[in-house]
Amino acid sequence: MSELLIKDKDIVVPGQELALGMDFLPNSGTFRDNDKIISSQLGLASINGRVIRIIPLNGKYAPKRGDTVIGYIKDMNFSNWFVDIGYAYDAVLSSKEISSDYIERGADLSQFYDLGDVIVAKITNVSKLKMTDLSMRGPGLRKLTDGRIVKISTVKVPRLIGKEGSMITMIKDLTSTRITAGQNGLVWVNGDDIRKERIAIEAINMINDKSHESNLTEKVKEFLETRLKENV
Amino acid sequence: MYKKRFDGRKFEEIRPTEAKAGIIKRADGSAMFTIGKTTALAAVYGPRELHPKFKQDPSKGILRCNYNMMAFSGSGDRVKPGTSRRSREISLVTEGALNPVLDLTEFPGTVVDVFIEIIQSDAGTRCAGICAAAMALADAGFPMKDLVSAVSVGRVDDKLLVDLNKEEEDHHEGAGVADIAVAMMPRLGKLTLLQMDGFVSREDLAKVLEMAKDACKKIYDVQKNALMEKYK
Repeated sequence: MSELLIKDKDIVVPGQELALGMDFLPNSGTFRDNDKIISSQLGLASINGRVIRIIPLNGKYAPKRGDTVIGYIKDMNFSNWFVDIGYAYDAVLSSKEISSDYIERGADLSQFYDLGDVIVAKITNVSKLKMTDLSMRGPGLRKLTDGRIVKISTVKVPRLIGKEGSMITMIKDLTSTRITAGQNGLVWVNGDDIRKERIAIEAINMINDKSHESNLTEKVKEFLETRLKENV
Repeated sequence: MYKKRFDGRKFEEIRPTEAKAGIIKRADGSAMFTIGKTTALAAVYGPRELHPKFKQDPSKGILRCNYNMMAFSGSGDRVKPGTSRRSREISLVTEGALNPVLDLTEFPGTVVDVFIEIIQSDAGTRCAGICAAAMALADAGFPMKDLVSAVSVGRVDDKLLVDLNKEEEDHHEGAGVADIAVAMMPRLGKLTLLQMDGFVSREDLAKVLEMAKDACKKIYDVQKNALMEKYK
C-alpha cells in the first residue's frame, strides 16, 4: 500500500516523511529510508506522477559544469585570473580560455581583464574538490562594463528565468532592459532608461522574495505594468 | 521530597516554547529558539574558505560551532565575555549533536560556521542552542537527514522531570539533582547528545530518556512549524 503524506506545493522540512510505500520515487532533495521517502531539505514539495522532489527555498551556490556565472576578478598571475563566483574558493580562468588570439608569453594580463572587473563566464570543468575552471569562449560571455549587478539567491535563478525563459523575457520586453542571469545568483541589468532599469531590479527582487508563491509570472507582470504606468 | 515544581508545571511538561526562523537577514540561515526564560539565537554562514588549511577535509565540508553566553544573559552575575572552558566544550558537543544529520559532501574543503548566542539564560542553554542551530541550518538550505531537537531532563531529589529551570538545577535538598542534556533526531529517535551533571540510577536513566523522547517530539513540532511559518 502506497500513500502520499503531503500535497503538491506543500512546504516541507528536513526529515519529514513524504510518502509511504514503494510506488513513489525519490528525486533531488529527498531520499529513501526503507519504505519511506524522506525530505532532506527545507523547500516546496513537487510531485510529478510518481516522482517526488524538493524545490529548495534557500541554499548556497555550488559550481556545476556548464553553468554560466557572473564573477569578479579577484587576483591574477602570469597566466591565470582568479574569479570570485560566490563559492568558498575562487574559480580559475586561464589566459588560453579567453580568445583564439595569440597572447604573447609574459604579456600583461590586466589589459584583458583587470582586478575588480566583472565577467560573464562559463564553467568548463569542476573537479571533485570543486576546483573550478572557467572559459570566456562562447556566445554572450564577456566583460561587463555598464549596468548594475543584483544579488539573488542561487536557488531562485530558475524561477527568475521561468519556463523556457518566459519570466526573464517578459521583464526584458516590458522594461526594455538587457538582463543576464548567472547561475550563481548574480544578475546583470542594463537599460537605457534608468527608471525602467530600477523597475526591472524591483521585479527581480520581488521574484527573490516571493518565489514560493504560485502564479508568480502573472503577479510580476501586473507589478511591472502598474509601476511602468506611474507618472514621474 | 520534591512534591510540586517551583513554577507549578507537571513533571513531564516543558516550559512555553517559541521559535522563529530567518531572523538575521544577512546571515545565510538563522533562527531563534525560546524555552521558558532561555532564549538562543543561531546564525549560519557558509560554506566558506577554511583556514588553517590542515583543518580542511577534502571529502566534505566541516561544521564549526561557536556557543556564547552573552554578558547580560544570566542571573545578574556578570558572565565574563569571550571564550571559556565551558563555552568551548558546549561548542564541541553542539557540533557533535548536529553532525550526524548534516550532509556537507557538496562542499568539500569548506567550513560552515554556526554562531549561537544565548541572550537569556535560565538553564538548558546548550539544548536551546542546539534547537536554534538545527533550525538555522535547515533555514540555510543545507541537506539534512533529520532535524535535531534537544531538551534537558533529570532528577530533582526523588522526582524525574523534563526541562529543568535554573531554580531546579540549583536545588540541593534531599538527594540532589541530576541534570541530563539530551539531543535527538526526532524521526529516527536516536540520540546525538547525552551529557549528565550529577548521578542517576540505571532504571531512572531509562525512564527519563523516554520522557525526553516525548518532550523532543513537542519541541520538534515547534521547530517544524516555525520553519514552515517563514514561507506562509
